[in-house]
Formats: sequence, structure tokens, C-alpha cells
Amino acid sequence: MQIELQEIRDHLHRFPPFDALPLETLDGIAQRVEVSYFKAGSDILEAGAVIRDLHYVRSGAVEIYRRNGELYNRLVEGDIFGQAGLLRSNKVRFPAKALEDSLIYFIPAEVFAELCAQHDAFAEFVEAEGHSRLKSAVEAQGRASELIQLKCRVLVSRSLVWVTSDTSVHEAAKVMTEQSVSCVVVMDPEPRPAHRMVGIVTDRDLRTRVVAAGRSDSATTIGQIMSVDPVAIEADDSLFEAMLVMLRRNIHHLPVMYKGRTVGLINLSDIIRYESQSSLYLVNRISNQTSVEGLRALLRDLRGTYIRMVREGATAHMIGSAISGIGRAFTQRLLELAEKKLGPPPVPYCFMALGSMARDEQLLLTDQDNALVLDDAFDPTLHDDYFRSLATFVSDGLAACGYSYCKGGIMATNDQWRQPLRVWRGYFNDWIEKPNAATLLNSCIFFDLDGVYGQLELVQELKTLCARKSSANPGFLNAMARIALNRTPPLGFFRTFVVETDGRQKRIINLKGRGTAPLTDLIRIHALACASTAQNSFDRLDAISNTKLMQPEALKHLRYALEFLSMVRIRHQADALEQGMSPDNYIEPERFSTSERHNLKEAFQVLSNAQNFLRFRYPAKARQLP
Amino acid sequence: MKGAGTERMAGKSEWAARFEALAKEARHPALQKFYRAGVIAAQTPIEQVQLLAMDVETTGLDAQAHSIVSIGLIPFTLQRIRCGQALYWVVKPQSELNEKSVTFHHITHTDIRNAPALTEVVEALLDAMAGRVMVVHYRNIERGFLDRAFHRHLGEGLQFPVIDTMQLEARMHRQKRSWLDRLLRRPQLSIRLADSRARYNLPPYHAHHALTDALATAELLQAQIASHYLPSTPIAALWD
Repeated sequence: MQIELQEIRDHLHRFPPFDALPLETLDGIAQRVEVSYFKAGSDILEAGAVIRDLHYVRSGAVEIYRRNGELYNRLVEGDIFGQAGLLRSNKVRFPAKALEDSLIYFIPAEVFAELCAQHDAFAEFVEAEGHSRLKSAVEAQGRASELIQLKCRVLVSRSLVWVTSDTSVHEAAKVMTEQSVSCVVVMDPEPRPAHRMVGIVTDRDLRTRVVAAGRSDSATTIGQIMSVDPVAIEADDSLFEAMLVMLRRNIHHLPVMYKGRTVGLINLSDIIRYESQSSLYLVNRISNQTSVEGLRALLRDLRGTYIRMVREGATAHMIGSAISGIGRAFTQRLLELAEKKLGPPPVPYCFMALGSMARDEQLLLTDQDNALVLDDAFDPTLHDDYFRSLATFVSDGLAACGYSYCKGGIMATNDQWRQPLRVWRGYFNDWIEKPNAATLLNSCIFFDLDGVYGQLELVQELKTLCARKSSANPGFLNAMARIALNRTPPLGFFRTFVVETDGRQKRIINLKGRGTAPLTDLIRIHALACASTAQNSFDRLDAISNTKLMQPEALKHLRYALEFLSMVRIRHQADALEQGMSPDNYIEPERFSTSERHNLKEAFQVLSNAQNFLRFRYPAKARQLP
Repeated sequence: MKGAGTERMAGKSEWAARFEALAKEARHPALQKFYRAGVIAAQTPIEQVQLLAMDVETTGLDAQAHSIVSIGLIPFTLQRIRCGQALYWVVKPQSELNEKSVTFHHITHTDIRNAPALTEVVEALLDAMAGRVMVVHYRNIERGFLDRAFHRHLGEGLQFPVIDTMQLEARMHRQKRSWLDRLLRRPQLSIRLADSRARYNLPPYHAHHALTDALATAELLQAQIASHYLPSTPIAALWD
């Protein structure tokens, strides 16, 4: 009697190392496989337990942990785990947990041993997987750079599903069901010259805006409940760009445009396949939490994501964007929870991030810097109780989640930083027109600004004001330059390191204070001089390069120095985390190799040269530029 | 949804007694042996029960007019589905294969030309079933067709306890209708095997191969218990 478990055999056949095995061998494996279903969140392997099978992910997603509890890897369909334990001690080395509902195939140890003995390629595959961090690092580097290299167009696989805005919600829901899509693009009914995208509707919108709102009568059209003017992405933008947009806005669907036409939709899960660091997953989980405690519990995952990104060769720009995106998600969710508790806001508002989060350069060790920009209809006697409570809820929540209170008091809980737009306009005008020592310190923080939640236009207006007005006020830029020159790179006259001594008599360099921070300061000034509204330092360098302000060669060096110093700092913090210590910004140059020290000096020299240029370009006494 | 609805247990606990009686009534030795193997106690927690996923493919839907063409069996527990002990037979049907059913299960005239008659596999089938609780998706098919076939070939029917994953799914979803159903004024949520599996994020399989469907049903039961019941739920709350 021939028993054929075709489903199992055909699935194995699609994934390495099984794809290289003959079909009859696969039939043999399929006939001895055991299967089990694991609900999301349940344990699959517990540390130290006896392991008797190779595990194969048939569907779902599995997280593998180190014994210290840090996340080590995330596996999906076709991946195997447990081989490290089988090859050595027959004890579980890395505990495993179902991240999603998962179906696992168990391949018995005897079968595993036979396969290793009879198929060299199989043996090599499973052995390499067990011990080589290098290999996984190299592979991962491939993955990380794939995100930058691949264009959004590669993900547009099916033809666009769309409806016109005069379609009834019933009809639209039917189309979505028939086409099995969770999102449709909404077009203007006017077909000439071509249908134009006017909105987007998701499953969730139908649930919250139609059914829950009691609007499921046949008169309701999709145009009445859609999200208007959705954020879209260009077909030739990279997947990384798409990921950034999703992270920043916490949206799951992005229309893809080509030559002004909507050609497709990409969604969160499309990107997640390429994004092994799972920052998007984390953002998704953050937005599902219903309490501060729930959010706080995700801190460990945040660290895991951070470490994985570093180990998988992501760039400083990618890591900064991802960690900032996660910070935004925490903030957004806290605001949603606050609104749930306090009721809807009495007037529109925008929650504003300042400093590193606004620049998309946040790392793990960070304070919260934030403020509230309120609509001009704000009346303090009527409305301020609400916004004070809102700010307190968010600020306390952020502190609970590891974003410590700002020592300088730059938080929306501070009355001064919880004001209507016209007051903010007054602040910025004053700071730029009449800079003094105190307001210049504010400018360094408030001139990296970005809306996180609410009426984003309020903050957009301030951004534009900053850029326009600063570029027209050389006196202000000169004053800002003085501040930026206060912190110098740690280089002596003969290119030796100038080190400080910490409490334990270690010879250290403050990488942030004497490296990345003065760099971002001077980049900010040049960007303001160009009237750029960009916030991220790399984006600002792009904006500067579009003008004749600096030599292309000098910009290239700045970019390199920023990337290098940021990565040294990021790696230093990841190492600390992995060793169970709290991350800081202090490195000991003596512990670096000669070539690393050389690179470090090179990068600090770039900063030094750039500061000299800044001194010349924005002199202490304002001079008339030709 | 966790735990057992005790009201459902009333009247379902007499399978052990029924098997004792059937063992006395049965005339065919294979049936006597099957009933004598008995049934586990109604209070046994589901996590300790030896289960057998079963699917039969037939020439049509009417147990009186149509007959069985294939049978797939996979023994399992809540912890593991044991593909290594799977059994599968193509059997020679009494009634003619019609074109419509051929397109469903892809078993053709050539396949059944040399297939054994059901009588030839009865002993192996009953051996596999003995002492286990059967798990099927839509019990009327497996129960109805096996009972009818046993009557036809052995002159006496076949009875056995069954967990019906479709029935469990109906308990879960037929009372509360989702927003989309109300929106579309759709009658009911589908509790067909593939649709039920999708609700637990189980992968889609090619349907209508008796062994694949048996595997699909076993996985579905594991998912249903993991999602809606405690592992300590007594079998009496689940079987029928």
C-alpha cells in the first residue's frame, strides 16, 4: 500500500535544504512527519528540554530566543529550527515561541540523522546554520540592502482593485470579499482624462466607520467614509522608503503611483517579507495594545529589534528611522488611549516630536522631547484641563516605556510648551529675530520638529516658518553657528585622541557629545540656510547638495562621517545590551583596533574641517555676503 | 468559550455502555472485536484521548444511492498528528463513478479497476478505529456511508463516537454573525473545511483527497481546541 502525503512532500520540496533532495526521499520524510498546531504566543521549545525532532515551519511565524531572553531570529514558512540542539546535546539550545498561529512539522531525529549521513548538502546546510554567526550576518546584510535596492514596483503583483466614490458601501464590501483584498483604492467617478485616486478604504474602515457607526444602510457611499487623499509611494521608490512611510504614519496600505496613475497597492505583509528585523511587526503590535502595561511589556522586543538590525548590517539611517518609527508608534498609541480615557479633544491639536525623534535618528538611550500645538480656537480656561491631562498621560506613559522625562522640561506637560499655533508662531519669530543665549538653546531643540499625531498641518506650518524665516536671517544663523562650535571633536594637534577620564579612571570619548551631536548641529544650520524643511540629517545633506552652498566632496565626507560615527555608537550600544549592561555613549578608543582607530580619527577630522567652514561661512560678526 | 458546556454532556456519556451492548449483538467477528475494544470514559480529558482523523470520498452525497471510493485515516492526539501511521485505501464502489465526482476526488476508472472491495479492508479499517475516537468534518457523510456500506456488505451496521469539527465550528460561529455578514445580509458564515481552517490561519490544501482531508481535519481540531477549549475538557463535551 502506497501512502502519499502529497501536501507535505510538495511543501518540503519548495524550501532548502529539502529542495535539493530526490522526490522519493521527500516521500519518505513526509511519511514519517508528525504535525502540530501552535496558537500565537504559545511555547514550541523550552530551554533545556529534550529535543527529538527537527522542526519545520509549515505556516505562521516563530521567534527564536537566546537563553538570556533576547530575540535571536524570526522564522517563517519553510524555515527549520532545533538543528543546533539535535547536532549537539539533544537539548533545546534556543527556545522557540509561536509569533503567529503556526503549523509545525516534526521530522524525527532518526530521519534527520539519516538525511545528514546520506546527503552532504543537507548536512552542510544544517551544520552551517548552527554555529556561523558570520554567515547569518552576511545573509542578513543581503536582506537589509535588498530593502534599499528593491523598488516598490516589484511588489505590485496583482491588478489594482478599485471602486468609484459613488459606489455604495455594500457594493464595495462585496468587491473586496470577491477579490479577497483588505483594502481598495477609491477613484473619482469622472473617467476623463483618467480616473483619479481620491481615497482609500480598508476592512477596518468598514468596521469602524460603517458598521460600528451604524451607517450600513444602502444610502451610504464609499466616498462618505473613505480616508481622503491617502499617502502614496512612487513605483520607483525603494522598499525602504515604503517601510519608512508605513512606520511613520502607522499605515498598512500604500497605493503605488507611476506617472501620476495609481498602479497598485502594497501592504504591510508585503514589506515584512523583506524586513527581517521586524520593526514593522513591532509597530503593529504596539498599535494593538490596550494599556500602558501592555506597551511597557514590548520594551524587550524593542531591544531585540534594535540588536537584530545592527547585526544584520542595517545602516544608521535605517536603524534611526526604524527606532524613531517605533517611538512614534508608542506615542501615537498612548495618545489614542488618552483620548479614549478623556474623550475627544475639544479643539484640534497636533502632538509634536522634537530632537532626535523628529530627525528620525532616535536610538535606544533617549529622553522624550515633545510639545503640543493647539488650534487657535483654543481657550485656556475651557480647554487647558483636557490638554494638560492628555500631556500628562502621554508623558507618564512614555516614561514607563523607557523614554525618560526630559531634564530640560521640554515636554507638553510644561505650560509653556502646550500652546495654540499663534503663540508658537510668536515663539519662533522671536527666537529667530532676537536670538539670545537662552532662546538659542531652545532653537537647537525646537528646530528639529515633526508632527506625530493629530492635525499634522499645524506642525507643518511651523516647519515652513522655521525654514523660510531662518534662511532670511543671517544674524540668527551666525548665532546658531556659535553654539554649534562649542562642542569640538576629541582630536589633539597631532591627531591624537583627546580623552576624558570617567569615574572608573577609564580613558573615554563621548561619541555623541563630541561626534554625532556637533555634526547634526552644523548640518541643521546649513539646511536652514537653504530654507529646507527636511529634518533628517541625511535628508538635509541631500537638500544642501541641491544648492551651491557646499562642495560635493565636502558633503560626501560629512555623510560618511555621520554614518560611521553613528554606526560606532549604535554598535557600542548593541554590544552593551547583549552583555546585559545599560547602553551609553562612551567608547574607549584603546579597545579599538588600529584600523578602526584610524577610521575614527578620519571621521572626527571631517567634523573638525566642517566646523572650520561653519566658522567662516557664518562669522561671529554678521558680514554682508556678496 | 473556554471549558465545557456541561449541559451538552447529558445523554452523550453512554458510548461505553452502548459498545458493551453492541459487542453482544454483533455477529461478524471483526465487529465483535471492534466493539469489545470499548470506548474511553466520557470524562477523559481531550488531551489524553487517542483520536483518529477520518475522511471518505464518495461517488455522491446520498448514502443510499452512492458509495465510498476512498478512505483516509490518520491517528493523532492533541500533541501530535502521526503521519507515519496514516492509512489510505481506494476501494471498488458499488455504484458507478460519475463524471462529476471524478472531477472532485480525481479517482478514475483505472484507479479502481484493481482496487479491493470494501469487504477486503474492513478488518484493517476496524483495527485502526478500535479504541479511538473518530474525528471528521461533517459527520453525516462518514457515519452514514460507513453504516450503509457495512449493512450492504456485512448485513449489519457500524456505530462509533465522533467529534465533528464542523459541528464545533457551528457552535463557535453560527450564533454570532460577523459585521461583514450583517453588512452584506449574508445568511451564514461558511463552516466548510477550507473556510474553517482559514479562520485559524491554517494553510490551504488541495481538497478532496481522503488522506489530505483527514490531515486537514486533524489540524483543524488541534486549532479549535487550542483556541476555544481547555486541554482538560472532557471528551463528552465534544463527541457525539
